[in-house]
Amino acid sequence: MIGAPILEIAVVVLGLVVLMVEAFAERIDKRSLAITAMIGLVTVLVASFFLAPPPPATASGFWSFYSADPLALFFKRFSLTTTILILVLMIDFAPKVRQSIHGATHQSGLGEFFALPLFTCAGLMWMASAVDFVMIFVSLEVVTMSFYVLVAFTRRNPASLEAGVKYLILSALSTGFLVYGITWIFGVTGQTNLARIAAVMRAGGVEQAPLLFGMALVLVALGFKIAAVPFQIWVPDVYQGAPTPVTAYLSVGSKAAGFVVLLRVLEPFFMLPQMQRLLVGVAVLTLIYGNFAALPQTNLKRLLAYSSIAHAGYLLIGVVSFAGGAVAFYLVSYLLMTILSFAVLILVANQTGDEIEDFNGLAQRAPFLSFAMLVAMASLAGIPFTAGFLGKFFIFDAAIRQHQTVLIVVGVITVACGFYYYLKVVRAMYWEESTRRESIPISGLSRTTMIALLAAIIILGVYPQPILSALRGPASESISATR
Amino acid sequence: MILLFIVFCPLLAALAILAGAPARRTALAASAFTLLAGVLAFLQFDQVHQGFSFVTTLPISAEWRLNFTLGLDGLSLIMVLLTAIVTLAAIWFTGNVARHENAFYACLLLIAAGAMGAFASLDLFFLYAFHELALIPTFLLIGIWGSGDRYAAAWKVTIYLAIGSFILLLGLILLYRSVPESVRSFDLRVLQAAASAGQIPADAQRQIYLLLLLGFGILISLFPFHTWAPEAYASAPAPAAMLHAGVLKKFGLYGLLRIAVPMLPEGARHWAWLLMALLLGNIIYVGLATIAQKRLDWILGYSSVMHMGYVFLGLASANLIGINGAALLMFAHGLSIALLFAIAGEVRERTGTLVLSELGGLGKVMPLASFAFGLGAFASIGLPGFANFSAEAMIFFGAFRNGADFDCFNIFQIATVLALWGVVISAVYMLRAYRATFMGTMPEKWIVLPDLRRHLRLPIGLLVAALLWFGFFPQTFVRVLSPTIRGYFPDTTSHPAGSGTPAENASP
Repeated sequence: MIGAPILEIAVVVLGLVVLMVEAFAERIDKRSLAITAMIGLVTVLVASFFLAPPPPATASGFWSFYSADPLALFFKRFSLTTTILILVLMIDFAPKVRQSIHGATHQSGLGEFFALPLFTCAGLMWMASAVDFVMIFVSLEVVTMSFYVLVAFTRRNPASLEAGVKYLILSALSTGFLVYGITWIFGVTGQTNLARIAAVMRAGGVEQAPLLFGMALVLVALGFKIAAVPFQIWVPDVYQGAPTPVTAYLSVGSKAAGFVVLLRVLEPFFMLPQMQRLLVGVAVLTLIYGNFAALPQTNLKRLLAYSSIAHAGYLLIGVVSFAGGAVAFYLVSYLLMTILSFAVLILVANQTGDEIEDFNGLAQRAPFLSFAMLVAMASLAGIPFTAGFLGKFFIFDAAIRQHQTVLIVVGVITVACGFYYYLKVVRAMYWEESTRRESIPISGLSRTTMIALLAAIIILGVYPQPILSALRGPASESISATR
Repeated sequence: MILLFIVFCPLLAALAILAGAPARRTALAASAFTLLAGVLAFLQFDQVHQGFSFVTTLPISAEWRLNFTLGLDGLSLIMVLLTAIVTLAAIWFTGNVARHENAFYACLLLIAAGAMGAFASLDLFFLYAFHELALIPTFLLIGIWGSGDRYAAAWKVTIYLAIGSFILLLGLILLYRSVPESVRSFDLRVLQAAASAGQIPADAQRQIYLLLLLGFGILISLFPFHTWAPEAYASAPAPAAMLHAGVLKKFGLYGLLRIAVPMLPEGARHWAWLLMALLLGNIIYVGLATIAQKRLDWILGYSSVMHMGYVFLGLASANLIGINGAALLMFAHGLSIALLFAIAGEVRERTGTLVLSELGGLGKVMPLASFAFGLGAFASIGLPGFANFSAEAMIFFGAFRNGADFDCFNIFQIATVLALWGVVISAVYMLRAYRATFMGTMPEKWIVLPDLRRHLRLPIGLLVAALLWFGFFPQTFVRVLSPTIRGYFPDTTSHPAGSGTPAENASP
């Protein structure tokens, strides 16, 4: 039996080991580092099922910063799984890194490329456990720092550099908002621990206006993380410019962590009706902007960037409707379908490019890849028998329960938009003819991963029970319980 | 067991074909076995029993009280039978597919599997989910193998159906949420029991009914949401049009019959005026629009939209005879429209055109095709001897009778009288289409056209035989159907149920 913090420590140590090996063993195939990292992460993932029970929630000292409740554990496993999948994508992406780094040897840069996600992963796992504003700030920064490097990693590619600068500046700005907001909240309540802030608020006698102001500032920072409108400006450019596996990591890992923090932070603050109204407004804007701006896109990476904004909108519906469980299920389905579509995108882009036109006639060239993409797009659009549909189903069910009529109406309209832009990709693959004939090589590892993702999407679309029971803890303990 | 086979046989065959099995042979064998199993189920079916037979349950989520449950009663049995017949005919009818032969058959089978699953599911969630299974195959079928402006048509049908089914989904979730916590379930039987016990509040019924009417209405091409249908059917390859117009569109009607009519009587009463107005739009407006069409496939597409109006009239009548008629017309129309689309597809394949002014005199070279088309057209008009006739007669009786208890004409009688004119309209356009295609002078170049090719005769024969059988012996059918429908109206014998007073009907 081990304590929960050991998991993060293990991941950090793993990252250091990979870096050391990278530095001193020059002859090895650097891809074996990625394999090592994956094996290490799988071990940690398995270990997470054999944890000592955490001390009671009222604990002090370390445990007042750090929680190991079911929600935290769930998202730790979520981050680990995401990182493992991202490493698979990174191996496929390795040739592109070589091309754009021009290092001394043909392998230079690869080791760091495989090691950095481990540190990001540790940050994401901390974030899932953070129950204190200080801890939230620190873990958020750990994640963001490693993303600064990753986003600009293919440094000879101007688009990647541009993405790195944009991400750096806007992210730093949002961190500023976060710290400023935390200061206001601390000033009013005298606490940084979320549970104690809630207690102070419940006791009454707290000034509302400065508290709301502080909270609004914190929301700005989190809105940046989850790519909610109006803090989404960075998303399309950064997603398009960053190396594709990093884009996938940003859109899944960073977003999920943002939502965990949002769920935790809003727990004390949802007692204020103004917050809910504000969030409904943000959700409506996000849904409309993400979906409508995705309609005319011709670049698949950019399209997925807008779709990531759109999905943030659906997730916000869940948050506003106090459905922590629905949000978590949606995130899982989002993880599966997004990684699957990025995996296909990387393989196709290695041969041609990442415009939607480059997918023309893919059904003839690579039937397996196009079928995988078809399922991913169907799931993103929300067609039954895929995990994406059940995610939307739970979200809309929660919205109906809370009588969020505006959100429902906007949601239905935007779902229809989604059908259009996701099926645009399907159209390119199946309707159009291609000029190229050569098939696309798929490595055994990525084929296995894609089959696993496909199976998971379809199985969870029919039989959601595994996730639902894993969530029974968070669903009852997160914000849904406060109402 | 037999039902599991019926539902999963097309699905597994589709997967096998995608994995590389010989396409045509697998598809034919699968659909033939499905039809066989369907007939077997029909023969085994206990005709007196009111509940569901062949029930199989697989628990999915205890928390949501969600089970995968299959079962058949009279209504779903005939729909499954219709699906099996039309699927076999459509797959048999498929000639040489120019490209992606495997994908073509897999798409057809997926549509069939979706329809089968939707008709056989006793669970709202799966009833909905199975229907959506057909969405992507339809998109691909029209987009890849369609003709004319196929891109626009494929987008249109997909977006329309996506919006319709999402509205429908909201209605179904609302229904799930509206019954008390203790009996909350997706199971149709449980929901029906709750509805019969009056546990669905009246205002919830009104909201849900409106959502279901809109959602299902878009899927059925209810006026004014009908514009996708003629375009899609005109562009789709003939087998896809047969399956979609013949079977898949009936899903919406089936859903209304299964959910809206028996569970939400108050909703039906409240919105009767709206439904009446819209269905008259279907019958009169779309009927007149059909007359104005210049292409055979568009005429057929519009006529299938128009005939939905009659089924709506039967649904709205909310009494035993009217609902029976609606169910029977669903079945009969499915057969006749599939037959018509098949012949039209063959004519297009042979002559390369479906513009009426360019066609003519084909009866001389294609006597069999012209005979079959004639039968389909007569059935579609509703001549005696076809199931359509008995169904339409029952619908008119049912709808008319609804107002019989009142002294003055109420909106049901007015609507019925207007709808009767629809029969004249459909006679006009059908006979006109028949004359322009098969009678008159034939362009010289078509003198060498072959008649129905050998492999097409059997599927056409199958449809014709089914049409005639149920036309001359509608009783085979009504016997199976009426226990189910009678279950909807526990007090039918005392007075015509539903509809309420004219004043109630007229006020929104």
